[in-house]
Amino acid sequence: MGTLFDATFFDTMIASVAVGSLYALIALGYTMVYGILKFINFAHSDVFVLGAWTAFTTTTALIAWTGLSAAGAPWWLGPIVLGVAMVVCGVTAFCIERFAYRPLRKAPRLNVLITAIGVSLLLQNFNQLPPAPGLARTATVSFPFGPTPKTMPELLPDVILNESIIATGTLGGGERRGQVLLDRAVTVLPGRTYRLDVTRQTEAGPVVARFNLNNPPVGEVQAGTPLVTQPLRPPAEMQGLAYVLVQVPAVTIRLVDVAIVGTAAVLMVGLLWLVFRTRLGAAMRAVSFSIENAALMGVNVNFVISFTFVLGACLAAAAGFLYPIKYPSLQQPASDVWVLLGLKAFVAAVVGGIGNIRGAVLGGFLIAFIEFFGETYLSATIGSGLQDIYVFTTLILVLLLRPAGLLGTPVREKV
Amino acid sequence: MSAIHELTQKNRPGVGLTVAHTAALVGLVLGTGAVMQWVVGPAAGIYPATILRQIGIVAIAAVSLNIVNGYTGQFSIGHAGFVAIGAYAGGAVSFYANSLGWVGAYDPAGLLTPGHAVMLAGAAIGAGAAGAAGYMVGLPSLRLRGDYLAIVTLGFGEIVRVLFQQTQSQVFDPQAARALPISGWWPPPLGGAQGFSSVIPYGELFWIYAALALTVVWCYRLKFSSSGRAFLSIREDEIAARAMGVNLTRYKVRAFVLAAALAGLGGAFYAHLNLAVQPKDAGFQKSFELIIIVVLGGLGSISGVLLAAFGLGGLTEWLRQPTSVWPAALVALALVGVVQAVRRDIDSRARGRAMGRALLVIGVLTGLFEGLRAFAAWQGFKLDDIRIVLYALALISVMLLRPQGLLGTSELWLVPGQLMRRKAKAAAAPSLRTAGPADPAAAPATGVGGMGGGVTEAGGDEGWP
Repeated sequence: MGTLFDATFFDTMIASVAVGSLYALIALGYTMVYGILKFINFAHSDVFVLGAWTAFTTTTALIAWTGLSAAGAPWWLGPIVLGVAMVVCGVTAFCIERFAYRPLRKAPRLNVLITAIGVSLLLQNFNQLPPAPGLARTATVSFPFGPTPKTMPELLPDVILNESIIATGTLGGGERRGQVLLDRAVTVLPGRTYRLDVTRQTEAGPVVARFNLNNPPVGEVQAGTPLVTQPLRPPAEMQGLAYVLVQVPAVTIRLVDVAIVGTAAVLMVGLLWLVFRTRLGAAMRAVSFSIENAALMGVNVNFVISFTFVLGACLAAAAGFLYPIKYPSLQQPASDVWVLLGLKAFVAAVVGGIGNIRGAVLGGFLIAFIEFFGETYLSATIGSGLQDIYVFTTLILVLLLRPAGLLGTPVREKV
Repeated sequence: MSAIHELTQKNRPGVGLTVAHTAALVGLVLGTGAVMQWVVGPAAGIYPATILRQIGIVAIAAVSLNIVNGYTGQFSIGHAGFVAIGAYAGGAVSFYANSLGWVGAYDPAGLLTPGHAVMLAGAAIGAGAAGAAGYMVGLPSLRLRGDYLAIVTLGFGEIVRVLFQQTQSQVFDPQAARALPISGWWPPPLGGAQGFSSVIPYGELFWIYAALALTVVWCYRLKFSSSGRAFLSIREDEIAARAMGVNLTRYKVRAFVLAAALAGLGGAFYAHLNLAVQPKDAGFQKSFELIIIVVLGGLGSISGVLLAAFGLGGLTEWLRQPTSVWPAALVALALVGVVQAVRRDIDSRARGRAMGRALLVIGVLTGLFEGLRAFAAWQGFKLDDIRIVLYALALISVMLLRPQGLLGTSELWLVPGQLMRRKAKAAAAPSLRTAGPADPAAAPATGVGGMGGGVTEAGGDEGWP
């Protein structure tokens, strides 16, 4: 490892910003509910999982029904899937609040906590039941989602945004068939990756095949000479095809990460606007200040609480939609992986100061930074696979040193 | 010295009485084990005996969890972490003692071989290690309450799981184990992500049920000791308890250490029954199963938790092989009828109402189970697959309908006395309601414990800034 700000650093940075914005989205749901009802909605992480699996089911169903190819989904598929996930999660959260939490609003807090754990267990384990026979017959939709892990179809193409094309041309024929003959002089830099995109015309349209060039010799390569000595395989079919030589930078910025951070940023700004600039947001803040007084001032408390749950669930659904785009392998709904993700988002809310919206965003990024930088820079000295330990140690330290969280206000208990 | 001093003080039972008392308790513990080993075990058969052993271990863990969650009113959801620590410690001690050649080969007929002595020592070590971990978890509980403590304990369970994943691979070859230098034992060779396996099967009915009886006796005596009263007062109101001179620090940590040590004891037997321990045994899924038992049985009630442990264990078996529940329903109805008929504290109208309610409850439950069975048979799935879903529904229903659980904070053997007292009170004040004592509404439908405040120092009561 050379200097501090090397490629590893920036790769870790990008990963933690992307995952941190997902944590922040989930943490917002925890913190809004806590701000109003003063209890931890344990089932929130399961709403997130429901969002991820709904996104998966909707995507596969849409691809099957519209006859699209699974490889290149059109751009409008994403918003539809996101909308369906938000509706499903919102309705679920509304039902949870209406039927499990509202009857207990006056009950001691421990009862509500246990109920929340019960709802969480119910959602997890119901969602991973084998599909109901009636729905399983359609073969594309399976609800409940079943106990097998699945792979999310590619909604966004895997594009690296900051790569640059340094040469174009056609692949050589004859003696040099399948070899990369350069149309101009190219300087091969050390530490970079080079990729060849070969376009082939088929009946279904142009198909791009990607070849990673493994360690091309560093230095200047003259025009007309082959870039690599080994010909591409299968050489016969590659003859005369157009190619693009792409230089991949040391730090790659992928479309997926940009889309995740962008979507999350839009949602978070929208939420801040809603909470701090609208009448409904004022009602939410009033209810979080005091339910009784808000009710006396004419705020429809039940509506505001339901709305808060639905809003939090929509953000969780967005996180659930974005997460499998970055990590396409979906674990079964009751898997530890999901529960840990939800827990980390919860830790983010607590570290930032639970009940505080800006704190949830700050905590989300902070937890992701600790997780990824700890894993990258401490794994050589302490050991790998200890991300969870870093996160929970942070939680315990923050709770011991500053129990109200980084941005929370300490509250004294009145006797 | 101090023990002798205490024994010779006034108002203390004499030495002879103390010895007799202790002997009676030891006899109770060993007698329970003996009855299970030589009477119940052979009568039940091999498979039911295995189920009984599993239930016994779950009951040890649940009864110990009750000290923290029930008596003290703290909410720990990382209890499986302590169980796993005890399981790893106990399993490793007896496995490596065997491969280092300290004890002879396993003898299926013996109950007190040198191997068993090592197993008991391992259980003690497991209990000690879990107790030490309980001390570490107890410390944050001084500043955190309610949901926050729950999260920290959850995080503790996860940390334990990850730490066990980081251990070295298990040394199966006795030669290699003997040749291992001292430095080779750190990090401990506990199997890493694969888990620790090939534990020697010392988990006989006798030892498991002796341990369960020990746990129950210990917890029962704890509940009515000065520590137990301090625990209960902390549960009811921390501030009031502190005002009355209860050292919150000492008693909260004590509750955690005792609960963790007993959970470690149960864990050691789990290793010897299951013969393998996985890192995921420390995860929250296992903790949640224990919490379900404690909440269903009644937070703070030992007999309630025992009933719930055995009931849920039986339910698990029923879900695996669902049979008709009509015979059981008839037996239950007959039992209720007999109990109601011999009761002298209510008149015939109240008796009729109580019988009607019992009939309704049993009828609804029977309909539920029969409906489930029919639905599963019709749809062609196994009820066993939806076990956790049913438990979760039961947890939510209990919280909505009977938040104090099966027995509340009471004990099975105290219920008749309570009924009698209530009758006396009703007679003394005729204006008070004289509804049947079985009426759930008659028991104050308060919360699980008097946990008011929740979080003191954390939280955003001031609204969003």
